[in-house]
Amino acid sequence: MATDHPIDVRHVASLARLELTEEETATFQPQLDAILKYVESLSALDVEGLEPMAHPVPVLDVLRDDTPLPSLPPEGLLANAPEQAQNQVRVPKVIADA
Amino acid sequence: MSLSSSTIASLRRQLSAGDITPDDILDDLAARIASHDGEIGAYLSHDLEAARRDAAASDLSKPLGGIPIALKDNINALGSPCTCGSRFLENAYTSPYDASVTAALRQAGAIPFGRLNMDEFAMGSSTENSALGRTVNPADPTRIPGGSSGGSAAAVAADLAVAALGSDTGGSIRQPASHCGVVGLKPSYGRVSRYGLVAFASSLDQIGPLTKSVEDSALLLQAIAGADPRDSTCLDAAVPDYLADLDKGVAGMRLGLPKEYFGEGIDPAVREKVEAAARKLEAAGAELVEISLPHTEHAVATYYIIAPAEASSNLSRFDGIRYGRRHGDGSDLIETYRRSREEGFGPEVKRRIILGTWVLSSGYYDAYYSRAQKVRALIRRDFDEAFGKVDAILSPVSPVAARRLGENDDDPLSEYLADIYTIAANLAGICAVSVPCGTIDSGSGTQLPVGLQVIGPHLGEATLLRVAKAAE
Repeated sequence: MATDHPIDVRHVASLARLELTEEETATFQPQLDAILKYVESLSALDVEGLEPMAHPVPVLDVLRDDTPLPSLPPEGLLANAPEQAQNQVRVPKVIADA
Repeated sequence: MSLSSSTIASLRRQLSAGDITPDDILDDLAARIASHDGEIGAYLSHDLEAARRDAAASDLSKPLGGIPIALKDNINALGSPCTCGSRFLENAYTSPYDASVTAALRQAGAIPFGRLNMDEFAMGSSTENSALGRTVNPADPTRIPGGSSGGSAAAVAADLAVAALGSDTGGSIRQPASHCGVVGLKPSYGRVSRYGLVAFASSLDQIGPLTKSVEDSALLLQAIAGADPRDSTCLDAAVPDYLADLDKGVAGMRLGLPKEYFGEGIDPAVREKVEAAARKLEAAGAELVEISLPHTEHAVATYYIIAPAEASSNLSRFDGIRYGRRHGDGSDLIETYRRSREEGFGPEVKRRIILGTWVLSSGYYDAYYSRAQKVRALIRRDFDEAFGKVDAILSPVSPVAARRLGENDDDPLSEYLADIYTIAANLAGICAVSVPCGTIDSGSGTQLPVGLQVIGPHLGEATLLRVAKAAE
């Protein structure tokens, strides 16, 4: 495992769309360094030839008949949206100005 | 005995005999919540009027007819809040549907009543990570109730609820049950539908009951177990009658004691209680067998790679767009995400999102995430081999009794390490239950509950409950 690449908390937070304060960054950096140092203990294990176990039980595609069933009522779903207009969720502008 | 301190089984007998009505139980609970929950802090909200309407319509001929059941605040119930203990969803979300377990409870005649405190998005082992309130241990209010289903365990222990549902991703039902002195069952992965449970780590999460007795645990599991077309990981396996063999005892059973679960790090007083419980089962006719689960020491590291990885993916849905709080001036999409998540999430959630994002990122995926998934296979193999020799495994739930509030505030790693005995069952997808096995002296005038963990093979809940009943 890479030990020469300690986690860059600010960068990774940015990838995860988290805007951390300076104080949070300073608190999390040593905590996450300690956690990563601990989990590196797994590098000592021989895992050659093992299949990664993504799920505790075999997960297969489950198909049902292509029959329309009732859906959740739109008004109940829209009521949870921070902003709504014209029976739709209102979102900030996605495409920047030219 | 008051109604709120009674078991489901006892209340069902009184309801069937016509001695009490569902409203009597609700009134007793509401009075108890009013007088005692100010100190305990188990509930985030409860709606007595809605429960009364449900009670008026409840069918007392059903298995749970007229019984109020409290829900951890990450399980959806139509028309109720579902905050997950987070500011992100506080006063900003009303469930537009029932989780499948909520629907199953209603189908069995039960009345969903009350929303219970929890570590934010179920991330934690103390309920101190709730952004919305503090829950204390009913046995000693200077101590944690455990977590993340701390509200569920405290409510049942303090007779603020007859029984509750919680969720368990790495011990979040069993550890608070152990700390508060109630019965907490994590079913096998795929036994109970996760539809409508707000997802933390989808390959580990399971919903299960917290109850005052093993019999009540079996009654609730009976109601919520079984296939669900809305959850493709929920298994289409027959649901046995969990009450049928409950009293058959442990004579002739082989029960394993994993040597790795009784070694370094455990409080000797806890070990003594658990060993005494094992000897009691031996006296009841079980054969105790020392076994080994050699990869136990790697369970915490494996879990704290896999669970945050899945969490970082699952929690990406909290973006301030479709539900929950939106922050920022709304002029820029990315800024809206960043501000909403910064304001909405607490520190433990942010730590785990960052950790999970990192282990999944290019260059680290193979070294961390993929490797952890392979070690997970080794941990599963340990259990497969053990269950070739024994019917069930006995162990502590937690290496220590409930710690004081605030002790691990700045040390998340120490907090994670205390999950050592509960995490492996989630990684392996097998079932496990915590059943009270006595109390130990806190040194400050209180008696702290200790739980015995019984671990069973995949879909082995009937055997598990039978052992737990014998140990009760």
